[in-house]
Amino acid sequence: MARPARKHGLITRLWHWLNLVCIAVLFMSGLNISNAHRLLYWGDWGFAAEHAWLEVPRFPHWMTIPDHYNLAVARDWHNLMAWPFALGLLVMWIALIVTGRFWRELRTTRKEWYYKAIWADITAHLKLNFDHGKGKYNFLQRLAYGAVLGIFLPGMIITGLAISPGFEPAAPWVVDMLGGRQSARSFHFIFAWGIFAFFVVHVVLVLLSGPIRQVGDMITGGKAGQRGKP
Amino acid sequence: MTNSTGPQIKRRGLLAGMGALFLGACSKVAETKIGSGLLDAAEDWHRKAHRSLASRMALAREFEKEDISPYFRGNGTTEIDTPEYQAAMENQFADWRLEVRGMVDTPMSLSMDNIRALPQRTQITRHDCVEGWSAIGEWTGPQLSTLLEAAGVQQGANFVVFRCADSFRQGPYYESIDMVDAYHPQTIVAHLLNGEPLPVKNGAPLRMRIEKQLGYKHAKYLTAIELVASLEDIGEGQGGYWEDHHGYQWYAGI
Repeated sequence: MARPARKHGLITRLWHWLNLVCIAVLFMSGLNISNAHRLLYWGDWGFAAEHAWLEVPRFPHWMTIPDHYNLAVARDWHNLMAWPFALGLLVMWIALIVTGRFWRELRTTRKEWYYKAIWADITAHLKLNFDHGKGKYNFLQRLAYGAVLGIFLPGMIITGLAISPGFEPAAPWVVDMLGGRQSARSFHFIFAWGIFAFFVVHVVLVLLSGPIRQVGDMITGGKAGQRGKP
Repeated sequence: MTNSTGPQIKRRGLLAGMGALFLGACSKVAETKIGSGLLDAAEDWHRKAHRSLASRMALAREFEKEDISPYFRGNGTTEIDTPEYQAAMENQFADWRLEVRGMVDTPMSLSMDNIRALPQRTQITRHDCVEGWSAIGEWTGPQLSTLLEAAGVQQGANFVVFRCADSFRQGPYYESIDMVDAYHPQTIVAHLLNGEPLPVKNGAPLRMRIEKQLGYKHAKYLTAIELVASLEDIGEGQGGYWEDHHGYQWYAGI
């Protein structure tokens, strides 16, 4: 007997929750690291206010790991969780491609990139109408998931590697591509907040569209063909 | 629920509670043997990954003269008020000595003239502080490998310890690296910054440059280079001032 098709595959579900833990630790330890030097620069170098393009606020202790300023412990957590985060994303991408889920479920097509169609999608979301026609995810979802999986999450890894002096000799072009180490550090910060913004929208839409079923489906897998996923 | 703010407050309380639980869990995990072992292991994996991705002798990026930052920030100790150092400073460090000792065949005590007479390497590199900032400067001095070859490193020496003239808040500053970084071509004992003798805030008269690691490894006010088999009996045993007193990572390539 064939197994019933699931809305979310096993790898997707495992990765989703592992990734949540990784991002929570990386983000909160990252805010502690940010408190060590709150200026951001463009280019290769920068070390004083007159070189900076942005001074970020000091993040309060309830937002940071550990819950007091400690650069060493924050870096320990950051460097540890970078491993499951990066390897998990790699496994997820391999699974998305091998199973064809990327092509079937996440890819956007050219005819969707029209102002009218996009606007219709946005207004439907604003009216909290989550019943989107055929296909598992609507255009905006595919755009959001695609951008997070394809740009923001890998962007965190690439910019993170680029600011490591021990990694740079292996691939100096990565640092060049980003415009220098301090630019890479700025992008690391920008991508982190991009992921945080996605997290907020994602959680709000789950809460608005049947949170118990949504979260349940992401644990058990749910049944294929169900609609109304944020 | 009739009170519309009720569930919201509950939810926020729940979120804050979960956050606190999460924070608490993190510090609990870090305190356990397995937890702290895992944190150390992750540091090790990063070092091994870095060293297997590129040749161990691969060079850190070198820059052009026009890339040099307008001045070079001093950090950590930026002045030393001991009478010995003050006297040396007044004397323009003419009598400064650098010892090479420990597990070597020929212990040496080098004068500044000896150091300047050795073959020199000049490199324009970027200095990355653990806090996040970077500065670019041109450094000149003999390669550490030249000194090690002259002294003759004995079998069984695994680490190079750098002794310094300064004490920071909790004790004397020192640092250490392994033999891979010790023989790296860009690991130099610098006595010039941008063509001038080192300013006091940047480590006068001698400092280390270890270009593939963060700034706290680049020991300043260098007085001795010591070859050892193990770091256990040095300081508190963690391999450096920041490692001993603040739990910094010994491998500072990230």
